[in-house]
Amino acid sequence: MNIVTLSHGGGGKAMKDLIDQVFVTAFDNALLAPLHDQARIPLALLAQLGDRLAITTDSFVVDPLEFPGGDIGTLAVCGTINDLAVGGAIPLYLACAVIIEEGLPIDLLHRMAGSMAATAHAAGVQIVTGDTKVVPRGACDKLFVTTTGIGVIRAGVDLAAYHARPGDAVLVNGVLGDHGAAILAARGDLSLDAPIVSDCAALHGLVDVLLAAAPATRFLRDATRGGVATVLNEIAIAADCGIEIEESAVPLREAVQGFCEILGLDPLYLPNEGRLVAIVPQAQTERALAAMRAHPLGAGACRIGGVTERRRGQVVMHTVFGGQRIVDMLVGDQLPRIC
Amino acid sequence: MKYVDEFRDRDKAATLRREIAALVQEIRPARPIQVMEVCGGHTHAIFRYGIQDMLPEEVEFVHGPGCPVCVLPMGRIDDCIAIARRPEVILATFGDAMRVPGSHGSLLQAKADGADIRMVYSPSDALALARTHPDRSVVFFGLGFETTMPSTALTVLEAERDAIGNFSVFCNHITIVPTIRAILDSPDLRIDGFLGPGHVSMVIGTEPYDFVARQYRKPLVVSGFEPLDVLQSLWMVLRQIADGRAEVENQYARVVTTGGNAAAQRAIAAVYELREFFEWRGLGSIDLSGVRFRDAYADFDAERRYAVPALRVADPLSCQCGEVLTGLLRPHECRMFGTSCTPATPVGALMVSSEGACAAQYRYAVRAA
Repeated sequence: MNIVTLSHGGGGKAMKDLIDQVFVTAFDNALLAPLHDQARIPLALLAQLGDRLAITTDSFVVDPLEFPGGDIGTLAVCGTINDLAVGGAIPLYLACAVIIEEGLPIDLLHRMAGSMAATAHAAGVQIVTGDTKVVPRGACDKLFVTTTGIGVIRAGVDLAAYHARPGDAVLVNGVLGDHGAAILAARGDLSLDAPIVSDCAALHGLVDVLLAAAPATRFLRDATRGGVATVLNEIAIAADCGIEIEESAVPLREAVQGFCEILGLDPLYLPNEGRLVAIVPQAQTERALAAMRAHPLGAGACRIGGVTERRRGQVVMHTVFGGQRIVDMLVGDQLPRIC
Repeated sequence: MKYVDEFRDRDKAATLRREIAALVQEIRPARPIQVMEVCGGHTHAIFRYGIQDMLPEEVEFVHGPGCPVCVLPMGRIDDCIAIARRPEVILATFGDAMRVPGSHGSLLQAKADGADIRMVYSPSDALALARTHPDRSVVFFGLGFETTMPSTALTVLEAERDAIGNFSVFCNHITIVPTIRAILDSPDLRIDGFLGPGHVSMVIGTEPYDFVARQYRKPLVVSGFEPLDVLQSLWMVLRQIADGRAEVENQYARVVTTGGNAAAQRAIAAVYELREFFEWRGLGSIDLSGVRFRDAYADFDAERRYAVPALRVADPLSCQCGEVLTGLLRPHECRMFGTSCTPATPVGALMVSSEGACAAQYRYAVRAA
């Protein structure tokens, strides 16, 4: 079988061949093609689009590498695009660094590079520079990918958690927890055959229509690690306000709800890769929801709660049962309960 | 979702709230009525659905000792870590035991430090590990009440049948009934009634609780785990108090029978015998409250296979878990609650698992603001 060996990381011909055949071929674009040590981007182009540069970086270490609804490649592209998009930035370029454990099948690497390229292409983003390292077996887990994204923030857009005000609405763009549940199910150690597909998606198009419909939107955040609960806590602390949500309004796929019931997990803490939380002034809520619902990635958009004056720094959920409880930050990972 | 939504119905909850309030009017208690939910699963439901806040002030839940993870003493965690650190051992454990602090850290820390510790969801997953790793010794960290005892027992029986020599269990299974008795015997007992554990009772039935009603004259209602179950069971306890009755009643009849699960009981009887005493974090040593493997299954007993230090480690002096467990203090009244003892740095047992009263209170209870 054709596998990556340490010689592919040695800086010689084997490495050059691997990079050429796998990455340069897949990513194929004019900025990458000269293979300088850096991509050279004309400033004039950037300045036409906005007045601030946005830079973000994220590492991806998902296990398994391939899962229903995506793989580490789609995740690495979408995740970084989303980190730009929720700042109101137009995502333009990505840099991509991979750390490969020796022994990784080259076919698999081709597939990952291919899905990165396809995802980036569909999102209108170019992967313009990169780096490849190979480490001995055991020094990393199969494949780690780091992507750095560059985008431009349109003039006048200033999204921040501390802009949230009492009376604002808390919106999400669809059912929660799909990605986290899909990954847990795909690991296979639960022996649960759950038909759950990751929500992994690039959200900049959705953000565009949302901001066009509701320009006074205060804040956006993709609800990745720590889930919606963590995002809401960050907002409550940053804005020094309370957030109250309705359990009955939290959208969940039945399979995800069942998955969480069986394992004793709270879906509010499950990671998402294609879901965002939007804080929108009450007056623009309906327009924001209508715009999101008209977009394929926002069909399930809904209001889950609101920002309040009382209970500053806290997130409180009104339970389906008629009680209420705190939705706190997680201490560590969610651990399944014994009984 | 079917079979879930029915048990979380807001309108039915509102009706039960009114009925409970009316019962409290009828009882006219001189001091708040204290009802202990024995099981950690109930504690979790009470906090998760905000049930305490729905009740009249005259009714208080006391969160009992029925979280098997919480009551594991430090010494047993230390022993477990000592086993896990052996180079040939793969330790397989339920997830929520990972964070329980021993006297020198938790399994999570031991794992970070190089011990081969794997999270599993059932003892049969651990046995599967033993089959796929014949060159290693797989030890399952067996813990829990009668709820999990049968699955461990059946796994040991399967290992014996299939002659899986590299599998053993570090047995920390405990039994709840002697501990209920110990609580009832405590001199400053203020508890007026009990919600009996649902899953334990599914295995042992309701008869083992008869002494609570007969001998101690306290009502006990075996309860399910959905929020409507808890409210209805509370109503049943209050109804008994109002009527001057003390009986064992079964609210969870859709799962629990009077005699329990005979097959599970046979597996338990075949594999385990009672220990003279077992140490409970926060409560101390309780006679006949733990089980170990019978001699016939000594080969699968990690305690006999590996010489564990078996040191008793005293609970931290400032820890008031015992008072919380017996209803003398409410979680937030402990002197360490939320300061030196938090879910990130648990000192006491009750802050450890999400089923622990203090962790649940810390995580879910709406704080004044």
